Amino acid sequence: MVTLGDYLLVSGLLFTIGFAGAMLRRNIIIILMSLELMLNAANLSLVAFSRFRVGPAGLPNYNAQVFVFFIITVAAAEVAVGLAIIVALYRSRQTTHVEDLTSLKF
Amino acid sequence: MNSMIPWSILLVPLGSAAAITLFTRRFKAISSVISIAAVLTSFVLSCFLFHDPNLSAVQVNWIDFPKVFSVSLGLTLDDLSKTMLLVVTGVGSLIHIYSLGYMREEEGKSRYFAALSLFMFAMIGIVLSNNFVMLFIFWELVGFTSYVLIGHWFDRDAAAEASKKAFLTNRVGDFGFMLGILMIWMPTRSIVFKDIAAAMPQLASSPGYLSVAALLIFCGAAAKSAQFPLHVWLPDAMEGPTPVSALIHAATMVAAGVYMLVRVAFIIQASPDALTIIAWIGTITALMAALIATQQNDIKRILAYSTLSQLGYMIMAIGLASNEAAIFHLFTHAFFKALLFLGAGSIIIMLHHEQDIWKMGGLARNLPITFLTFAIGALALIGCPPFSGFFSKDAILALAYEQNGLIFSVGLFTAFLTAFYVTRLLVVVFFGKPRTTEAKVSDEAPFVMTGPLIILAALSVLGGLSFFAERFLKLPQGAEAGIIVPALAIIALLGGVAVAFAIYRHRETERFDVALLRNRFYVDEFYNWLIDSTQETLARLSAFIDRWIIDAGAVRGASGATWGAGALVRLIQVGNLQAYAFLFGLGIVVLIYFTVFH
Repeated sequence: MVTLGDYLLVSGLLFTIGFAGAMLRRNIIIILMSLELMLNAANLSLVAFSRFRVGPAGLPNYNAQVFVFFIITVAAAEVAVGLAIIVALYRSRQTTHVEDLTSLKF
Repeated sequence: MNSMIPWSILLVPLGSAAAITLFTRRFKAISSVISIAAVLTSFVLSCFLFHDPNLSAVQVNWIDFPKVFSVSLGLTLDDLSKTMLLVVTGVGSLIHIYSLGYMREEEGKSRYFAALSLFMFAMIGIVLSNNFVMLFIFWELVGFTSYVLIGHWFDRDAAAEASKKAFLTNRVGDFGFMLGILMIWMPTRSIVFKDIAAAMPQLASSPGYLSVAALLIFCGAAAKSAQFPLHVWLPDAMEGPTPVSALIHAATMVAAGVYMLVRVAFIIQASPDALTIIAWIGTITALMAALIATQQNDIKRILAYSTLSQLGYMIMAIGLASNEAAIFHLFTHAFFKALLFLGAGSIIIMLHHEQDIWKMGGLARNLPITFLTFAIGALALIGCPPFSGFFSKDAILALAYEQNGLIFSVGLFTAFLTAFYVTRLLVVVFFGKPRTTEAKVSDEAPFVMTGPLIILAALSVLGGLSFFAERFLKLPQGAEAGIIVPALAIIALLGGVAVAFAIYRHRETERFDVALLRNRFYVDEFYNWLIDSTQETLARLSAFIDRWIIDAGAVRGASGATWGAGALVRLIQVGNLQAYAFLFGLGIVVLIYFTVFH
C-alpha cells in the first residue's frame, strides 16, 4: 500500500536532486532542467495531497490538481522564455557556463 | 530761505564724474572740460553761499525707523563749513586747471578727471555733512577716490602698492572711527551733531567712556590726517600724479581729519585725557616728520613729510583745545602746500619726471616763475613774516607756550627743522650749478600751470594777514605772551635757514647720512615685522585648519567613509550565480522557518 509519506518522500528526493543540480551544475541548460525538476517535485506533492485529502462527499480536493495545471502551464512559458534567453546569451557570448558570465561583478 | 545752491555745490561734481564715466570716457578733452566746469560751478556757488548768510538747505529723510534709528540727509551751513567749502573748491579749481597742463599727454586723462570730480564730491560731502553717518560715508568715499588717484599709474608696481597701503591704513583708522561713532550713538541715540551737542551733559557724566569714544573718533582723523602711528601711507602716496598730491595729500583730504575734529570738538574738548593724548600725538608727528624730511632726497617726499609735520601742528592745536588756531593753520597751509606741490610738479614735468633733488640744481634761472612762487610757498611754510604761515604757526606756538612748555619747545624745535629742510630743498634745487643736462636745458612750464601757481602764491602771501583772513574765519585771540613767542620763532627760523645755507650752499651730494632718519625711523620695517608675526601666523593657522581639518577631515573624511563602506559591501558580490541562488534559497528557508515555527 503506497501511503502519502511515500509520495512525499519521492517528491522530496526529486526536489533535492533538482536543488543539487541547480546548485552544482555549471551549464545553464542543466540548471534550467533542474529547476523544472524542482517544480515537478512540488507538483507531485500537490497531487499526492489532493489524492489523500478526501472530503465528506468521498471526492478528493481538486483545488490542488487545478493548481498543478497552472504550474505546468507557467513552467512551459518559463522554459520558453528561459531557453530564448539562453540562446540569445549563447549568441552574444559563445558560452552557456555560468562561471563565464560575471560581467556584472564589480 | 531754502535754496538749491548748497545741494548743487555737492552734486555738480558727482554729475560730472558720472557723465565722464558714462559718456565721454573716450573724448579726453571733453572730459577735462566737464570736470573743470563742474568744480568751477561749485566754487562760484560756494561764493554765493558765502555771501548770503540766509541760505539754507532742505533735509531729506533717508533711513527712518521711528525711535530706533533714523538718518536724514542734511547740510551744515555755518561759518566753518562755508570757509572750508571755499578752500576746498577754490584750491580744487586751481588744481583742476593745473592738471590740464600736467596730465597733457596722459593716456587715462578721462579716468583721472572722473576720479578728481568724484573726489571733489566726497570732500564737499565731508565739509557739508551734518551728521556722523553722512560724514562717514563721504569719509570712506574720499578714502576710495584717494586710492584710485594714488594708483592712477597702476601699471607701476610702486603706485599700485602705495594705493593699497593708503587704503588699508585708512581702513584701520576708519574702523576705530566707526566704533567711536557707535559709542557716541549708543547713549545719545542720535547721529546729528546738533543733537549730540545737546546731549553732551549726559555723555560727560561718564568721563572714561567719553575719553575712549573721543580717542576712537580721533583714530579716524589720525588715519586721514596721517598722524603717527598711522602716518605711513602719506609719503608713499606721492606715487600718484603731482596735482593729486597737491589736492588730496596736501590741501584737502588730509585736512579732512582736522576739519572733522573741529566739527566734533564739543565731544573731544569734554575729555581732558583725550585732549592731552591728541596734543602729544600731534607734537610727536610734527617732530618726527620734520626729522625725517631733513634726510629725504625725493622732492615730493620732502614735501610729504613737511605736510605730515604741519598736520602735526594742526592736531597739536586741536589737542590744545583751540579750533581757531587749527583751522587758521589749515586755511593757510592749504594754499602754500598746494603751491609747493604744484611748483614741484612743474619742476618734475619740465625735467621729464625727475624727482631726485640731487639731479636738479640751478633751476632758478630756467624756471623763474616756478622759482619765485615756490620760494613764496617755502617762506610761508617756514613761517617767515609776513607770509601766511608765520601768523598761523605763531598762533599755535603761542597757544602751546601758554599751556604746555614741553610741547612748545618741541614745536619750536620743529620750526627750526622746518626752516632747515626747506632751505636745503631750495638751495639744492634752485641754486648752484645744474647737475644734469635735463636741469640745464629745462624750460618754464606753460601758463596753464604757472597761472595757478601765481594765484596760490598771492593767496599764500595774503592768507595770514588779518584783514584778509578775518573775512573768512574767526582768528585765534591774541596771545598773552606778547612778543616772546614770535621772537623765538623768528630766531628758530633764522637759525634753520642759516645752518642749511651754510651746509648746502656749494654741495653736490648729501653731506650727512643718518640711517635712522633716512629709513624713516624704521616704522615701515616695524609694521612689516608686526604683520609678518601676527597676520602671517594667523594666516598659517587658518590655512592649517582649512587644509587638515576642513578639507582632510570633514570633506575627504565624508567621501572616504562612503567609499570605504562601499568597498566593504562589495566583497559580498562574488559574481557566482549559484552562490546567489543558494543564499536566496537559504533566505527563503529561514523565512519559512520563522513564519511557520514561531
